Amino acid sequence: MTLRISRRSLALALAGLGLSTAFATPSFADKTDLSFLVDNAPSTIAWADQLKKDFEAANPDITITVEQRPGGADGDNIIKTRLATGEMDDLFNYNAGSLFQQINPVQNLVDLSGEPWQANVLDSFKQVVTAPDGTVRGAPFGAAMGGGVLYNIPIYQQLGLKIPKTWAEFMANNEKIKAAGKVPVIQTFGATWTSQLFVLGDFYNVAAADPSFAADYTANKAKYATTPAAMKGFEHGAEVFKAGDLNPDFAAATFEDGVKDVATGVGAHYPMLTFAVSSILQLAPEHIKDVGFFALPGDDASKNGLTVWMPAGLYIPKSNTDHLDAAKKFVAFVASVAGCDSLNKAGGGTGPYLIKGCKLPADVPPAVSDLQQYFDQPGTATPALEYLSPVKGPSLEQITVQVGSGISTAAEGAALYDDDVKKQAQQLGLAGW
Amino acid sequence: MATSYLADTAVLAGRPKSRRPSPYPHWFYLPAAIIYGVLFLFPTVAALFFSLTRWTLFNATFIGLDNFRQFFSEHSLFQSLVNTLIYAALTSGLKVVIGLLLGIMLTGQIIAQGYLRSVIFFPVLVSTVGVGITFTTMMHPTAGVINETLALFHIPGPGWLTDPHLALFSVALVDVWKGVGLATVIYMAGLVSIPRDYYEAAAIDGATGWQQFWNITLPLVMPATTTVIILSLIGGLRSFDLIWAMTKGGPGFTSDVIASVIYKQYQAGFYGLSTAGNVVLFVLVAIIIVPLAMALNRRQVQA
Repeated sequence: MTLRISRRSLALALAGLGLSTAFATPSFADKTDLSFLVDNAPSTIAWADQLKKDFEAANPDITITVEQRPGGADGDNIIKTRLATGEMDDLFNYNAGSLFQQINPVQNLVDLSGEPWQANVLDSFKQVVTAPDGTVRGAPFGAAMGGGVLYNIPIYQQLGLKIPKTWAEFMANNEKIKAAGKVPVIQTFGATWTSQLFVLGDFYNVAAADPSFAADYTANKAKYATTPAAMKGFEHGAEVFKAGDLNPDFAAATFEDGVKDVATGVGAHYPMLTFAVSSILQLAPEHIKDVGFFALPGDDASKNGLTVWMPAGLYIPKSNTDHLDAAKKFVAFVASVAGCDSLNKAGGGTGPYLIKGCKLPADVPPAVSDLQQYFDQPGTATPALEYLSPVKGPSLEQITVQVGSGISTAAEGAALYDDDVKKQAQQLGLAGW
Repeated sequence: MATSYLADTAVLAGRPKSRRPSPYPHWFYLPAAIIYGVLFLFPTVAALFFSLTRWTLFNATFIGLDNFRQFFSEHSLFQSLVNTLIYAALTSGLKVVIGLLLGIMLTGQIIAQGYLRSVIFFPVLVSTVGVGITFTTMMHPTAGVINETLALFHIPGPGWLTDPHLALFSVALVDVWKGVGLATVIYMAGLVSIPRDYYEAAAIDGATGWQQFWNITLPLVMPATTTVIILSLIGGLRSFDLIWAMTKGGPGFTSDVIASVIYKQYQAGFYGLSTAGNVVLFVLVAIIIVPLAMALNRRQVQA
């Protein structure tokens, strides 16, 4: 395995390198080319492609190259490393809230507070992309989402089931579904991030029982393991496993499998974020009318409500100095009514938009109209914990897989997550930890 | 992969006892010394420094030994340590046994020798991540080809990668499949260098095939065994790529090895902490390998 490099081939390689960099410099091209890094969820790619198409049609002098990255922890890693090394694309999408705070926005992201389109962005979104110095650094990329349960409507109709308002009703429905020979609850631990829904999506119920939990949790006063309401999420994940309610391949199935299974009626419930509706349009469009949505039920039917996720943000890294104006143009387009229309065309109208004047298409899928109800009634929606607190442990997905597949108990899982959170807070250097 | 193994072998060869004056002038060493300093010495020293800091890639705060304290209190650390040792011992043991058997077969009088030799080496050349993804698909609990085949015979196949008790062993077996070709090649080289005279003499004395194997082959391929053990043990202790491609340390934390625990700290953005983990891994590998290499090399000299 010796490597022989002749002087000639080395010279050729160097010349090639020189040439390619020469071509890459903007002075040679009459078009500006923007690179745009997005996560590789089928829905996100569809949105990005449609936005690119409509934006290029309106701006013939700018082209956009969409690049993909994995989601979850691998994605976090790529974003952080590329930002740190100055290798980030001209534009990228990434979570708002606690993950946004972890990428050091003041140091890494272009300040977008002064952009004219900010006037049309709702305050609830601005809050979750505001850096510690009070400046706004992102634009909404997509629609608001709910964390809850996607359910198969034909199964509910055949068995005459009602939408559960309490956890007990949910488990009773599962019994009937199992008796009818269907899978009650779909879990997809092959994509570990999907295992977190029972915990993260339960936050409305946590906040309803203990309104000061978010503040106490941030201040290192409240813990999951010692707060009964917060423990419920872990317990629910363990309970559906113990009841034998899961699909046979739950430990290896992927997000795409889960979306297809709930759409085609292999299973009745899939705990998930509502952006998955857009993935149904990609993976099983003929079943889009068969999937509805409800919030994760708690103990009290009178306090039934939704945990809300903000859309990801669209950001410009500070490393983008050559194409800043073009990139700002694109962000302005995404944060406009025309941008929302573009998303609607790509199936992105999966929840309320965070931009004034944006409308969902007239004929939305049932899951989206189910979601909309929680926003329309007062007091039935609360932001997820990651938008109220910068503290979020990195190992939650492994812990919820353990609890959800019976490897450890709910109490062990909650205690482990408290340790995980402590580690993150210490590594971030937060006060009081 | 192959090149790193060869580099490791060079280490094992030991250094010559006598020092002769070098035929090269001193300036001749300079380019290599600069490359060595920039690419190897500096990162090593920097790693030692950063392991003592809270490091966000943007700035580093000196926090003493806190990272090591945190790393050793990592709840999955003990389990991952045990897993690492199981994985390294299992893969290197199987590679020795299977590699030797295959080596004997492939140096014997068999048909299509050249073809069979290439086939056994082929998996070594394939990308580890590619192998991992392929086997993950094949080991799917319900839709994988392995369990579907078992189902034909009405045998319920286990969740190869999803059963917490089985996942680590499944990955180890794939590692053996992928790496045994290299062990076989090393053994083949060792086997053909044994002079035929010994076997002839033994045959005249009436030794059975088993006696010949036990008293001639096994002692005389000891140098090859040493090489295979050391290489696969080092490979097993720092194994990461295959495990990450197949289970990501899961389900939960059950197939975590030290390298995957370290990688997860890095993924989470705890760069100082993961650097501390790497220092720990370096020390651990050194503690196991250095005495082992010395002991095995001594036996080799005696034999």
